[in-house]
Amino acid sequence: MAALMQNEAFQVALWAMVKVGIILGVMLGVVSYLIYAERKICGHIQARTGPNRVGPLGLLQPIADVGKLLFKEEFIPAGANKVVFHIAPILAVFPAIVTFSVIPMGPPPMFVVTDINVGLLLFLAMSSLGVYAITLGGWSSNNKYALLGGLRSSAQMISYELAMGLSTIPVLLRTGTLSLSGIVDAQAGQLKAFDTVLPLPNWGIFHWYLFLPFFIFLICSFAETNRAPFDLPEAEGELVAGFHTEYSSMKWALFFLGEYMNMIVICSIMVTLFLGGWHGPGVDKFAPLGLVWFLTKLFALLFFFIWVRWTYPRLRYDQLMGFGWKVLLPASVVNVMIAAVWLYWRANA
Amino acid sequence: MVPYLFLGFAAMLLATALMVILHKHPVTSALFLVLSFSSLAGIYLLLQAEFVGMVQIIVYAGAIMVLFLFVIMYLNLPHDVEKGAQIAVRRGIGWMVGALMLLFAGLLAKKGWVAGPVATTPADLSGGNAAAIGRVLYSRFLFPFEITSILLLVAMVGAIVMAKGRPASPEGEGE
Repeated sequence: MAALMQNEAFQVALWAMVKVGIILGVMLGVVSYLIYAERKICGHIQARTGPNRVGPLGLLQPIADVGKLLFKEEFIPAGANKVVFHIAPILAVFPAIVTFSVIPMGPPPMFVVTDINVGLLLFLAMSSLGVYAITLGGWSSNNKYALLGGLRSSAQMISYELAMGLSTIPVLLRTGTLSLSGIVDAQAGQLKAFDTVLPLPNWGIFHWYLFLPFFIFLICSFAETNRAPFDLPEAEGELVAGFHTEYSSMKWALFFLGEYMNMIVICSIMVTLFLGGWHGPGVDKFAPLGLVWFLTKLFALLFFFIWVRWTYPRLRYDQLMGFGWKVLLPASVVNVMIAAVWLYWRANA
Repeated sequence: MVPYLFLGFAAMLLATALMVILHKHPVTSALFLVLSFSSLAGIYLLLQAEFVGMVQIIVYAGAIMVLFLFVIMYLNLPHDVEKGAQIAVRRGIGWMVGALMLLFAGLLAKKGWVAGPVATTPADLSGGNAAAIGRVLYSRFLFPFEITSILLLVAMVGAIVMAKGRPASPEGEGE
């Protein structure tokens, strides 16, 4: 046993497991309180108070919700494909959890689980696998509304994935690496361009050629997480509840968990790519402050997501597709070219 | 560690690839194909080709197979239980081709493995193999790369033309 503890590979694996355990535990807590926050914010936006009966300010509401979901009856519709029906909710959660392994949440080595040199590609791969959960969930339910919701969402997610992937390319052109830690490192310090006029941090979003990609990424992430104004897959008015119409109990909860985890993942990626990651004042003196900065930026973005959801109406399906293919995709392609020419010119001028 | 991981991924690759052709339900077959692509990506990762591994998942498992699944679900294909002369002919051809392949494999195994030509200069791997692939793709293999992209563009334009259908013939001109 002692020899095993000395083994370097074993130590790496052990620490990775510990970090995974912490992230998983914390994430489940964060997701349940994110749902609480969503209901509370939504309530205040609609001039009501939101949940306030369970515990002070309704703070125990998430625990009550999870308890209710655990004890609910599980229902499998007749004619459903049972195996796929069981697998789909698992697939909804798994890609989001995997992506957390590459997100640098603070200064290395303490707050980084792994730093692989294709971190951004891992995120793109996992977000493209996320389509399966919704498509299969919709198909295996043997319900026409669920099937329509699933088909809509796969078309929507594939369409917006393209613009999203292209909008990350200017970031890669600037930093020259696919490793998320490398991308964060490239955003350290202060922006040189206007340091006499306005002391801005060297974040991605403050470089003019990364401003538009940030907005494209933001819009695409609404579509990728199936949230309003792009929540067509679960448009209540036309599709009952979309792909999860037939799901109940913990299976339904897993879809919900997946949706909110995806939201957290995509916001973390946005913080990493465009908002300087864990960089902020005072991090070089006290490393854990990096985690605080990261979480501050993350929660600001999450609040923005919730705010948008309860503010904007849903798009029509053809508007959604037209916007994705005819506006976002050409805009991000043009931006890639402009950024490439600018960076090449600056490097060689 | 790596040999055991390889055995695991290889076993999964073979098993899922077999299930793709043996399973009767088209959607399940497609899902097994996704799994086999994923285990192939795992093997790429073991070979330290992390870029290829990730692109394998993004392109094949994440994009192409989703479209396949889309089409299969949309067409709502029935279980593969066709009977009749046509299917018997198809089965016969399948068996014959399979037997030929086995024969080839036997012949090759009898001859023994011959090592192929080895690259004389090791690739420049500075900056990870994504950068290395980029360097090679935009220098030595630029022409095939561009030709491939033009091919894909032509396919895309063709798909759009076909999806639009024939323009409605103006009145009076009827076919």
